[in-house]
Amino acid sequence: MANLKELRGRINSVKSTRKITQAMKMVAAAKLRRAQQQAEAARPYAERMARMLASLGQAVAGNPDAPKLLVGSGGDRTHLLIVVSGERGLAGAFNTNVGRFARNRIRELEAQGKTVKVLAVGRKGAAYLKREFASRIVGEVSFQGKKRVGFEEAQEIATRVTAMLEAGEFDVCTLVFNHFRNVISQVPTAQQLIPAELPAAKEAAEAPGEVGAWYEYEPDEATILAQILPKNLAIQIYRAILDSTAGFYGSQMNAMDNATRNAGEMINKLTLTYNRTRQANITSELIEIISGAEAL
Amino acid sequence: MATFNLELVSPEKLLLSRPVEMVIIPAAEGEMGVLPGMAPMIVALRGGVIQVQENGQITEKLFVMGGFVEITPARVTVLADEATPVAQLSRAEASARVREAEAAYNQAASGEAPEVREAAMDRLLAAREMETAAEAA
Repeated sequence: MANLKELRGRINSVKSTRKITQAMKMVAAAKLRRAQQQAEAARPYAERMARMLASLGQAVAGNPDAPKLLVGSGGDRTHLLIVVSGERGLAGAFNTNVGRFARNRIRELEAQGKTVKVLAVGRKGAAYLKREFASRIVGEVSFQGKKRVGFEEAQEIATRVTAMLEAGEFDVCTLVFNHFRNVISQVPTAQQLIPAELPAAKEAAEAPGEVGAWYEYEPDEATILAQILPKNLAIQIYRAILDSTAGFYGSQMNAMDNATRNAGEMINKLTLTYNRTRQANITSELIEIISGAEAL
Repeated sequence: MATFNLELVSPEKLLLSRPVEMVIIPAAEGEMGVLPGMAPMIVALRGGVIQVQENGQITEKLFVMGGFVEITPARVTVLADEATPVAQLSRAEASARVREAEAAYNQAASGEAPEVREAAMDRLLAAREMETAAEAA
């Protein structure tokens, strides 16, 4: 049977671990709230953008020299995956989930004979994918040390992607990220960015009297489209990053909550063993004394 | 007076959403006043100051760094790349931006494609606009 001193040491160490996980849970909850607010604040822009894009898309639909960002390069050979993951660990299966999802997708695409390139956003996902696909990684973006991710960061990624498209380095671009469904569930999701999936004309039809094709454009459709498409790309990436950030803190909060609960259980178990051992020691001491007294 | 609904959003937040009488926007091809009942339009913005008019007075001035405006008879939506109330502009920051943009333009002027040069020029003009606005405030 374990001795008492050892048990006491273990109980104390589990107790301090529980304090840490509890504190981390609180911090994650606070950060989650902030991340959600930020995601909320980005929504109006993205919605208006989608509405405008829907009407513009109608206006240029069928135009053979529509911008590449909208229609892609026409090919389907090279796929670029932008994988958005977390910056840190200790968040349960958050990073592994998105990593595994990306891995399966890469394998699937390669099985079809396509070339895959990976742009890893977030340190953890990059590390995960490097183990198997180091040669496919064309770039890494990390927000380590940044308190919050702003729109400029997303814009930078978008600029990079646009440049790669112009250089003909890929045909199809897909964004892979953890979608924040609620605090306890984050779903790895793939969203195609290029060729752009336009919010269908049905949305325009839902608002009668606001048919997109009636707009006048200044300077002209092509110029506006050329400006709006990179913006749209950036906002999509920005949204994915915010979504993933909120998901990360949700997942971390959960993981820490579980850890705290487990630590509590562990403490109960250890305390029980501790008390039993103590009791057994006392009993055996008593027996010794009594039998000693009887022998006299 | 008749009003229409004005919305001003940047990627990071919704800055303004309320009925106004008129708004003056710095469109890419010159300033433009928008009144209620205007024909539907989508307009590109250059860097400049958006002025909002309510009750016959200019009540709000915001600096925007390019973007788009969607106009319908009943509402106007401004999608700004970046928007700051003029009163909160900082001169030091504006000057820093102008210097940055000038450097970028000078670099682009030597040998880059015309589109790149033009984009750099637009940014430089927007930054100068920002400096002027900051000084006026």
